[in-house]
Order: sequence, then structure tokens, then C-alpha cells
Amino acid sequence: MRRELNSSLSQSWAIQRRIIFALVMREALTRYGRHNIGFLWLFVEPMIFTIGITIFWTFTKAAHGSDLPIVPFAITGYSSVLVWRNIPGRLSNAVLPNVGIMHHRNVRLIDIYFARLLLETSGVSMSFLFLTLAFWVVEWTALPEDVLQVLSGWLLLNWFGWSMGLLIGSLSEQTEIIEKIWHPATYFLFPLSGAAFIADALPPAFRDFVLWLPMVHCVEYIREGFFGSAFVAHYDLGYVVTCCCVMSVAGFLNVNYVANRVVLQ
Amino acid sequence: MIRFEQVSKRYPLGHGQRVVLQDVNLEIARGEKVGILGRNGSGKSTTIRLLSGAELPSAGRVVRDMTVSWPLAFGGAFQSSLTGRDNLRLICRIYGKDHEDCIDFVSDFSELGAYLDEPIRNYSSGMSARLAFAISMVIEFDCFLIDEVVAVGDSRFHQKCHEELFVKRIDRSFVIVSHDTEYIRHHCDIALVLRDSTFHRFSSIDEAIENYVSN
Repeated sequence: MRRELNSSLSQSWAIQRRIIFALVMREALTRYGRHNIGFLWLFVEPMIFTIGITIFWTFTKAAHGSDLPIVPFAITGYSSVLVWRNIPGRLSNAVLPNVGIMHHRNVRLIDIYFARLLLETSGVSMSFLFLTLAFWVVEWTALPEDVLQVLSGWLLLNWFGWSMGLLIGSLSEQTEIIEKIWHPATYFLFPLSGAAFIADALPPAFRDFVLWLPMVHCVEYIREGFFGSAFVAHYDLGYVVTCCCVMSVAGFLNVNYVANRVVLQ
Repeated sequence: MIRFEQVSKRYPLGHGQRVVLQDVNLEIARGEKVGILGRNGSGKSTTIRLLSGAELPSAGRVVRDMTVSWPLAFGGAFQSSLTGRDNLRLICRIYGKDHEDCIDFVSDFSELGAYLDEPIRNYSSGMSARLAFAISMVIEFDCFLIDEVVAVGDSRFHQKCHEELFVKRIDRSFVIVSHDTEYIRHHCDIALVLRDSTFHRFSSIDEAIENYVSN
């Protein structure tokens, strides 16, 4: 009964789309403003990060344990980091700055989360796409061998980011400890996340260990799509899907729990 | 109609919880003007948020078959880093209205001039109140919630607010929470006193006010 009166499912959906659109526009405006390049920062910002890492890894000849070309290796790796690291970060402590807007009954916590998820995913995706095309134009990288596999791997990785985001975001409203832990955890997870290595180059025992992390499977799958038969990829999509399902259900349940108890004073 | 059915609202505290409303029933009919008197911290704003649906009861049900406004002239419902115009756009998008149809009214009523394109954090309290009220009048509701009397602004502004609310929209329902007894006496049909987590009912407004003042 939270939505407008007597609303059928399709009306609810229309309202929710309207609200999410309003929030996306609001968020783009409050975050990036209309100054200089405005909302282009949405993908220019992740592009700068990724370019920086790409240059750095190129010059240090990063020991990624293979002879894969370093530029696409860095783009696929670091773009992936932005997905699983930034999305939960953006959804942490999202209630406080939105207390005002939530006085409008149809604006619910999940809409605020969806708006931020959409912005974050589209920003990182555009950054990934534009960088690949730009480096392809100057012939620093080839295009993916299997675009469809890269795309599905990217979607899977974003699903993981979204479910992680809903979980971390809602938990951060319940206890401050979550944000304090999540932030340093991203630093420890970064070197383990598959961004800077391929699993095949790791000692088997260590490889089995890092393959507990769903994002490693995603990066491996994306890179296999990119480089094809140039290396042996290690992944188990069933494992990732299972993790994402469990985390999504837990995330939605907890978002609902938090939303029903949100205090707007 | 908006109806509270055995509604309780509790907020968790560091230790234990605070009971703001305990098993209360309340019905606001279409067109009815209801005043709620209560001391600071008695639960007036909580009642408003439960009526609007921004917060949910801890127990019981809130049933409504009217559209209900957000707390009127409540500046907190806006985004301080955005301009007045962008805030109007945001509210219009949320409620599915075209802001082009509303901008003239808002600009005219708020008398903000060029400030309409300034972030509202640069506004004086009077300017914020004028903008907030003007935007509140852009979306039509069956029931308007008024949390405290518009305390800021000059008499001319008060006169304009009165005209918009109590003349042009006199057919709507109003719920006014306040500790200003005169305001409630002038604008409401009935008054309730909110004390000890429950609503106290009286046969007349005068009785309600007398009870409120003497306790």
C-alpha cells in the first residue's frame, strides 16, 4: 500500500520508472552540476582512473603472468574493479542525504538505490566501451574476439556489483561498522580480484583460494571473450550465478527491512 | 478518507525504544479540517509522516483513499544544492507533471526573480519558505498536511498562503499540527490533543484548546 491509491502493477511500474528517472536526473545534477563538462564526468572520471592504471602498468611492465597485451589487460581489469568497488561505495549511507526527498511518499529507498546503480553502471560501462574503442582506433588494442561473451561477462559482473551494493548499502544503514570494514576490504580485495593477474599464472593452491571470489570468475570470463584462445581461463559461471542469486535475495530482503524502518527526522 | 487502525509507532533508541504512538485510531474524512495540538516531542511530526506515508507504522495499518501531500512548506523536502528551478523540475518529475506548466505560477508566487536560478542554499529563510510553498501548490492533493504554521515571511506572504490554501482549496482536507491554538481555532473543524502517545478527543475545538492549554 505504499504506492498511490488502487494502483495496479503496471501503474506502480510506471510510477517507479518516473521516480527513478527523476532521481537519476537529480543525482546527475547534484554530483556533476552544469559546470564545465557536466554529466560527462559520469564516464570521464572512471576513464581517467583506467587510463592512469593502463599507463602505469604499461611502463612498469606489470607482472601479470602472461604475454597478453597489457593495454586491453589493464582496461578489462581495472574497469572490473570499478564495478565491484564503486557500486557498493555509492550505495553506502544513501539515506541521510536523501531524507528530504523521501518525504514524498512514492520515493522509496529502493528507488534511490536503483537510481545510483543505474548511474554507476552506465558510467563504468561507457568508460569501458569508449576506452576500448579509443585504444583500438590508435591500434593499442584489438577488439574482443567474442563481443557477446565480453558483454555477458560484463552483465554478470554488474549483477554481482548490484547485489553486493544492495547488501552493503542496506547493511550500512544498520551499523556503522559495515562502511568502516568495506572500505579497507576493497584495498585487500583489489590485488586478489583478478584485475592484475590471470588465474592460470597463480600456484594452484592460491588459485583455488582466489576463485572463492566471484569477481575473479567474471574477469576471467570477460578476458576469455577478449583474448580468446590466447590463455587458459578459469571460471565457473554456475558458481557466480549462485552467489549473485543468494546475495540479491539477501540484499532485497534487507533493503525492504531497512526501508520499513527508515526514520526521516 | 485516511484512517489509522490500531497504529503504533516506536523508534529504537540506544537503549530500548521510544513509544510515540500507542494503538491509536484516527479517521480524516474528505473535506474535513483536523487540528492536532501537542507539545514539542509529543509526536506531531511523526503523525504527519505516518499520514503522508513517508514512514510506516511499527504496528497497525494506515488506510487511505485520498492523495496526501508532503508536509506543506517543508523546506527539507527539497535539495539545497539545486536551484529553485531544478527543485521544481525534480518535484514535477516525481509527481508526473510538466514543469513548464508550473514555472509561471512558482515564479510569480515566490517573487524570487533571478534567485530562481540560484542554489536554494543561498536563499534567506523567507525566500526558502516562499519557494517551498509555491512548489507545494503546484501538485494538487485531496488532503494537505501542514506541519506547524508558516512561521517565516511577512504578512503579505501569509495572506497569499491563506488565499491559496483556505480559499482556493477549501474543499480539500487539511491536517494541521501546531502548538498555535489560534491558528487551529481559525482553520479547523475539530481538534485533537496529542499527549501520552494517544489522541484525546473533545466535543468542541474550544474544549480541546482549553484542555491543551491547561495541561
